[in-house]
Amino acid sequence: MDQNKKDSYLGGLLNGIKTLLIGMKTTITVFFRKKVTEQYPENRATLKMFDRFRGDLIMPHNEHNEHKCVACGLCQMACPNDTIHITTETIETEDGKKKKILSKYEYNLGSCIFCQLCVNACPHDAITFDQEFEHAVFDRSKLILTLNHPGSKLMVKEK
Amino acid sequence: MTSLMPEGLAIFIECLVIGVCIILMYALLAIILIYMERKICAFFQCRLGPNRVGKWGILQVIGDVLKMLTKEIIEMKNVDRFLYNLAPFMVLIASFLTFACLPVNKGMEILNFNVGVFFMLAASSIGVVGILLAGWSSNNKFSLIGAMRSGAQIISYELSIGLSILTMIVLTGTMQFSEIVEQQADGWFIFKGHIPAIIAFIVYLIAGNAETNRGPFDLPEAESELTAGYHTEYSGMHFGFFYLAEYLNMFIVAGIAATIFLGGWMPFHIVGLDGFNAIMDYIPGFIWFFGKAFFVVFLLMWIKWTFPRLRIDQILSLEWKYLVPISMINLILMVLIVAFKLHF
Repeated sequence: MDQNKKDSYLGGLLNGIKTLLIGMKTTITVFFRKKVTEQYPENRATLKMFDRFRGDLIMPHNEHNEHKCVACGLCQMACPNDTIHITTETIETEDGKKKKILSKYEYNLGSCIFCQLCVNACPHDAITFDQEFEHAVFDRSKLILTLNHPGSKLMVKEK
Repeated sequence: MTSLMPEGLAIFIECLVIGVCIILMYALLAIILIYMERKICAFFQCRLGPNRVGKWGILQVIGDVLKMLTKEIIEMKNVDRFLYNLAPFMVLIASFLTFACLPVNKGMEILNFNVGVFFMLAASSIGVVGILLAGWSSNNKFSLIGAMRSGAQIISYELSIGLSILTMIVLTGTMQFSEIVEQQADGWFIFKGHIPAIIAFIVYLIAGNAETNRGPFDLPEAESELTAGYHTEYSGMHFGFFYLAEYLNMFIVAGIAATIFLGGWMPFHIVGLDGFNAIMDYIPGFIWFFGKAFFVVFLLMWIKWTFPRLRIDQILSLEWKYLVPISMINLILMVLIVAFKLHF
């Protein structure tokens, strides 16, 4: 029934005018709306990216300089670009057992594709992305970062 | 001045000065209109538009004009040399002639004879010849298709424009522009001739849009479909002329709408409120004229940035099947209203 009305001359004409006016009302509403453009270099003081933004890979350390990485190597295996390189060493604990700990966690910012597969692969949430996106440097060697702080050790979970 | 030199020379110098004035106003208006278009189109799309070059981006268009002036005019090998170079000038001359008819203030129009409206319609048709020449002489299939479509479109919509203006001429009884504005001293025509005038206004806006290849009717120069249509093969200042003529044609359509429907340079008077009328009289005439013309330009831009492009068969069917019958019925309605004195 509705289709028949629209096919007739006058019905088609009035329907057309109605839909055109709906369109025009939408655009004039957008015209007066506050614009969403971020004026980048001027708004650096107040700029806050969204929570899931993949800015820079970091290994969070708590106030005792402890991290959560057990050097399992899952992130190194998951990375599609061989960006992460883990160096481990074996030490003897007090009980006499041999344990593998992290000695150096190398991360190449120049070849990272920010796919987040390493963060997803980590079983202990040791690495994560932060909101920092301004990483331009003049020298490529400055892009190879070491994520574990010097003198840090593994955080021991309280049982 | 005739005491100093022979009369022919005085008239010649006067015409030269007027010519320079027209060209200057033309260029200035084009700059304002291009800036307005970029900012308004950005605001409709929820973004900011140019705002880096100069405060609020006002120097951006001047930069664009300089770029266009310094670009190389590429010499094509197989074009029809004379027609290829002539085409932009024909479009520009048509534009100048119609621009000269607009009454900007009391007594301030350049061409004022008693068949002013008729002359304006005829002069705007010269533009079609320019477009067809551009398409034909470019030796390019896309340009030819664009030009043919544009020719068909413009010739069809001339009818609607003519009929809607004719409707208003029935109300005024004169075709002279200054007379038309004088007669609106006690109320603009859009209020005086109520229903047929409003319908004629809407039909005129749609048809004027199509005349200037603008808005949803810009298929002849559709950037994404025909790689710029009839002006594909033009670069540098030749393209600049087409670009300029398009914006000025839009302004002229808006100016004619402002003159015939919205009262030209007449202030907004409400019959009976003398205090209000006196305040309105203080604002000079040309501000009223430009204000109204820019308001109509805003309406045209609103239409352009809301609707998608129409296909050529949709454009022609809109004209021949809907606008012409509506205009003719409107004309009869207006004649009845004038004959029985039902207008204000």
